[in-house]
Amino acid sequence: MTAHETTPVLEVSDLHIEFDTRRGALKAIDGVSLQIAPGEILGVVGESGAGKSLTGTAITGLLETPGRISAGQIRLEGKRIDNLSQEEMRRLRGRDIGAIFQDPLTSLNPLYTIGHQLVETIRTHLPMSKKEARRRAIRMLEEVGLPAPETRIDQYPHQFSGGMRQRVVIALALCVEPRLVIADEPTTALDVSVQAQIIAVLKRLCREKGTAVMLVTHDMGVIAEAADRVAVMYAGRLAEVGPVTDVIKHAKHPYTRGLMNSIPTILNDVDRLEQIEGSMPRLASIPDGCAFNPRCPRAFSRCRTERPDLIAVENSDAACWLVEETAMTDRSPWPTSAPSPTADHRRGANA
Amino acid sequence: MSTTTQRLGNSLYRFIDSDLFYSFRRSPVTIVASVVVVTLILAAILAPWIAPHDPFDVSTLSLLNSELPPAWVSGGDSAFLLGTDGQGRDVLSAILYGARISILVGLASVAFAMVLGVCLGLLAAYVGGAVDATIMRIADIMISFPPILVALLINGVARGVLPPEMQHDAVIFVLILAIGLTTWVQYARTVRGSTLVEKNREYVLAARVIGLRSRAIMARHILPNVVGPILVVATVNLAIAILIEAALSFLGVGMPPTEPSLGTLIRIGNEFLFSGVWWVVIFPSMVLVLLVLSVNLLGDWLRDALNPKLR
Amino acid sequence: MIAFLIRRLLQGAMVMLAVAFIAFSMFRFVGDPVTNMLPQDATLEQRAELQERLGLNASLPVQFGNFVTNAVQGNFGVSYRNQRPVSDLIAERLPATLEMVFAAVVMSLVIGIPMGVYTALRRDSWLSHLFQALSLTGISVPTFVTGILLILVFSVWLNWLPSFGRGEVVELGWWSTGLLTVSGVKALIMPVITLSLFQITLIMRLVRAEMLEVLKTDYIRFARARGLTNRVVNFGHALRNTLMPVITITGLQIGALIAFAIITETVFQWPGMGLLFMQAVSFVDIPVMSAYLVMVSLIFVVINTIVDMLYFVVDPRLRVDTGQNKTGA
Repeated sequence: MTAHETTPVLEVSDLHIEFDTRRGALKAIDGVSLQIAPGEILGVVGESGAGKSLTGTAITGLLETPGRISAGQIRLEGKRIDNLSQEEMRRLRGRDIGAIFQDPLTSLNPLYTIGHQLVETIRTHLPMSKKEARRRAIRMLEEVGLPAPETRIDQYPHQFSGGMRQRVVIALALCVEPRLVIADEPTTALDVSVQAQIIAVLKRLCREKGTAVMLVTHDMGVIAEAADRVAVMYAGRLAEVGPVTDVIKHAKHPYTRGLMNSIPTILNDVDRLEQIEGSMPRLASIPDGCAFNPRCPRAFSRCRTERPDLIAVENSDAACWLVEETAMTDRSPWPTSAPSPTADHRRGANA
Repeated sequence: MSTTTQRLGNSLYRFIDSDLFYSFRRSPVTIVASVVVVTLILAAILAPWIAPHDPFDVSTLSLLNSELPPAWVSGGDSAFLLGTDGQGRDVLSAILYGARISILVGLASVAFAMVLGVCLGLLAAYVGGAVDATIMRIADIMISFPPILVALLINGVARGVLPPEMQHDAVIFVLILAIGLTTWVQYARTVRGSTLVEKNREYVLAARVIGLRSRAIMARHILPNVVGPILVVATVNLAIAILIEAALSFLGVGMPPTEPSLGTLIRIGNEFLFSGVWWVVIFPSMVLVLLVLSVNLLGDWLRDALNPKLR
Repeated sequence: MIAFLIRRLLQGAMVMLAVAFIAFSMFRFVGDPVTNMLPQDATLEQRAELQERLGLNASLPVQFGNFVTNAVQGNFGVSYRNQRPVSDLIAERLPATLEMVFAAVVMSLVIGIPMGVYTALRRDSWLSHLFQALSLTGISVPTFVTGILLILVFSVWLNWLPSFGRGEVVELGWWSTGLLTVSGVKALIMPVITLSLFQITLIMRLVRAEMLEVLKTDYIRFARARGLTNRVVNFGHALRNTLMPVITITGLQIGALIAFAIITETVFQWPGMGLLFMQAVSFVDIPVMSAYLVMVSLIFVVINTIVDMLYFVVDPRLRVDTGQNKTGA
């Protein structure tokens, strides 16, 4: 954590989100804490249903009933935003927090030109004439790599390919230069050949403008490509947080290791991918202690009764009792020769 | 023996614990509506036994009793709770018998339309090709025409075709036929849609690959899937069928005054309107509205309860 | 666009041909036209003469061809009942029905759309619940009951409004309008309310359902995520997308209104096509019935084609796709 001494752009502390159902409140997010520094890209990974997107939705203030924040705080550049009124939050969205959604085919209103949607976003947040806003929109489209923006700005969404539409969505998210961008599975719906381009555009623009990014995805390739740090989520809780290479190469939490070992790589010449036995528990039946304990190959009695908090180990933090034990005995819990995919391998696989 | 009771107990428990029953208990409006529907249906079935008078027994009618107001209005007679019409017929009894015919025609035409629509829908989805195109094209055209107009035309044609001496006895079947032929489209569309979806599901393909007859597979998987939507369509269409019958009878091309439905009663009552004899028209209208409203409420609730997307 | 237009017109022509066939079958096979058109004591010569004059001795396809040719020229024969050309009867009655129907359409849109939008946006307010309850009642009360209740209250008890007829009408060429006289407008009020009540509830429920659907879409969520004001999101984005299907349904509903006009016209003795049709039905006056069927279908087809054209204007996807198809293929 020493690398980020400035005020983090985003600081989520001990966030709890509950869903009120007829059988009582279900905890969907259970004590998640995150920080993102200016210009940093934090990857958030996990299986579907782990609560990645929900965390992003809560930060943008777009949680819908019956979901609600039941505890915890969200701070944007030090200022609390989880208790703002709807109108204050509305003003924040688009201006300070941009969002990119999964499916570019459905993110744009089909009845308006992309120019109209860009101009209305810019003019909502900045005091500009239509002409100025349009000029800014064209510049933005140019920056996201849309060819011939002067003519294409007057076209309708359906006239663009999926990759081009996602570029437009990125332009929309960044056109007012927000401090933070929540990118929710920005490449999942795209062709593999286009994914890398979109990630490159997103990464370049955020570096240039110093925008912090929360990159929600289940694709470790995307994480390896783009993220500075990674947060691994499991059943609404954080399993592990750390620098991207540490998490990928030297995962501390058994779940993270399982996740890494289940990814195929070219250089890993194995016949069989390892898989994690079982499946993630449903929200109504999360076990006592560590949520992962029924599937964990190394669980012991303490894991079944006591819930581990994040514990600092090397450069990372992991919510696992094994880590505490090894920290005391100063011994690595894992054999060092275990196969693990690396960022380089992934890049090779993608190219 | 004990296993069947156990199974029965189990399914009873499953029903009570189900989301459907839960949303039923949570909705007082739905409970009231279902009570109204059940009461009206019971009253209609039991009409010959519970009606205070027999409105069709001419010997008991007396013109001395004609146009009596309801019992609680001055000049009313406690023997005729809701008053009498121009021939001295007891309005309450006429309503009970009328509701009987309205509900009978409604249920019968819904059953007819359901059988017709489900068969045509399955046929269209299963055979496909030209058969599918033809059936669905006819369905498209039919649904773009208002049901009341189609029913009027079928009714008119049937009356023109039938010899006059048969018309009186056949009128109830003509009505059922006309309303049924008018309302089968929604069933057909629902069944066809679900069947097409299921037909392309992996498990059906997989079953085919291992040599199972796809028909058996589909029957086992498709029918349970369409029961919910079909039930919703049937409930909503029961209200529509009752309304169409009432409209046809009101227009004078439905049930005759000798065998009146609620619509016929309203038609009769309408003739008394300007002489201030309001009860002959108002009470049958109220019962008709109550019946249709309650059925609609049940249909609305059922649709919401079976469609988790809306919650 | 032009290819689409031609395809639509062809489809419309097909539907009209099918309707003409039904109308022709009704005329030819329901009852015997010759018996229907002659007095009871007609001689065999008279019968043979009429049979010849109606062309009933020709083969069926030729008869159908003649029927269509005549229908296209607006000739539907002579009414059995009052021995006048059917086209004259229809032309007399058409303005009354169309004025009532269009007034009802305008009213149902002006009231139904705002109610639908409100109930979709404020799902849990008490007013929304009230609107919802009212709409269900509106769907459950038959048109004729509404009419009878209105007559009972406003004509019989209060004596404010006339219970039947069109009031005074003004002739504008062949079109007679009741909109220019006080009594004409007063006569229009109750029939229009009766006719539009069901439509208002229908439009309201449709707009509500569509709007709720649209509000759940990604582009609305994305619009919110861009920080657009609620006004822009709800009315600029959601409403505009909601109204697309409303256009179609409204088009279809004009047809339904013409049919419902049969009931309304019967209740209020409104001298329109519906009353004419009902009289024809009770006297099995087949030429009038088939002419009515053809007329109403024609109105349907025309309106549906207009609605499809309107879609091209409103939805850019359709507009440009055909353009691309043309250049691409």
